Amino acid sequence: MGKNKNGLGLFLNIFLTMTKFGFFAFGGGYAMIALFENEFVSSKKWITHSEFMDVVAIAESTPGPIAINVSTYVGYKLKGFWGSLVATTGMCGPSFLLMYLVSLYYDQFMANRFIYAAFKGIQVCVIFLIASAGIKILKKIKKTPANLSVLIITGIGMIAVSLFSLEISSVVFILFGAAVGIAVYLIDSKKKGRA
Amino acid sequence: MIFLQLFLTFLKAGAFTFGGGYAMISIISASVLSYGWMTEEELLSFLAVETVIPGPIAVNMATYVGYEQGGFLGALIATIGVVLPSFVIILIIASLLKNLMKYAGVQAFLGGMHPSISGLILATAATMGLKIFFGLKTVESALHFDIKSIGVMALVVAISLTWKKIKKKEISPIILIVVSGVMGIILFL
Repeated sequence: MGKNKNGLGLFLNIFLTMTKFGFFAFGGGYAMIALFENEFVSSKKWITHSEFMDVVAIAESTPGPIAINVSTYVGYKLKGFWGSLVATTGMCGPSFLLMYLVSLYYDQFMANRFIYAAFKGIQVCVIFLIASAGIKILKKIKKTPANLSVLIITGIGMIAVSLFSLEISSVVFILFGAAVGIAVYLIDSKKKGRA
Repeated sequence: MIFLQLFLTFLKAGAFTFGGGYAMISIISASVLSYGWMTEEELLSFLAVETVIPGPIAVNMATYVGYEQGGFLGALIATIGVVLPSFVIILIIASLLKNLMKYAGVQAFLGGMHPSISGLILATAATMGLKIFFGLKTVESALHFDIKSIGVMALVVAISLTWKKIKKKEISPIILIVVSGVMGIILFL
């Protein structure tokens, strides 16, 4: 990098690195964390290992795609606001462009009966991928009565919403979970206070 | 005002997409279906197409729905809407609140979301399964078993379990997508 380290060269470097990841971002955000670590920590030394682990924890628990959150953070760390803007644009650019191109020809594309049949098969695979993502999060949760009740209420609630065409947004269930989390925390800290 | 509708719909989805893109499907599909931007069948086949495009589901979905409803500008506005909440939140954390995650209250709030996110994602898979395997869209729909789809699912599950047993690690989703695509051509053509 040499003399480019603090100039426009770094912006370009950030942009191209994120674009590269944007093109190969298959398999969801979790799959990308190992690739990110390799590039940002080991090879480019943009961020230390322990800070990277903090960033991943933040990215997982704040809204938005994990890959985008990590790139926004790393961009900010290197070059402030403009760094984060360049990094985020670089990360989203490839999927935006590819998806835009697919959108232009989507109907012709799906009119091909081979492609249509292949995607009918892939539809089934999507169910499997979604279910395994849900199970992955499920495994990480502490199995307390409160957590399990929230899980079951949300799960059954959302299936009912779909089957009975109810007008309840899933946001309601997410906020309900957060409220239970805070209530349990307040009750626990009160108990500890008394003991 | 379609651009404002697109922007606000995807802004909301971006603000509540915790735990990866799949949690977003249930949020976004409710709006997309109620505005009539997509039918249920179109949504299901879009999710299949989306898996072969790299990048976050959120961005892919915003780009496609935005384009369909408002051309290039629609795609751009929807994508900016979906990315904006996380961009702003991460900027605030990176600049001001580096220790945010260390507060117990914040952890309790975020930790409480995880069980409901897991429930949400599993319910999304279950409702898609009910539709595709049994034809159950609402309680009134007639039961219709799709043996071919159930067969593809059995194969996908069998391959991934065997892989895990022999190789001791998770199979790449790319392999499963290719296998199910080939099975689709064999069975549904």
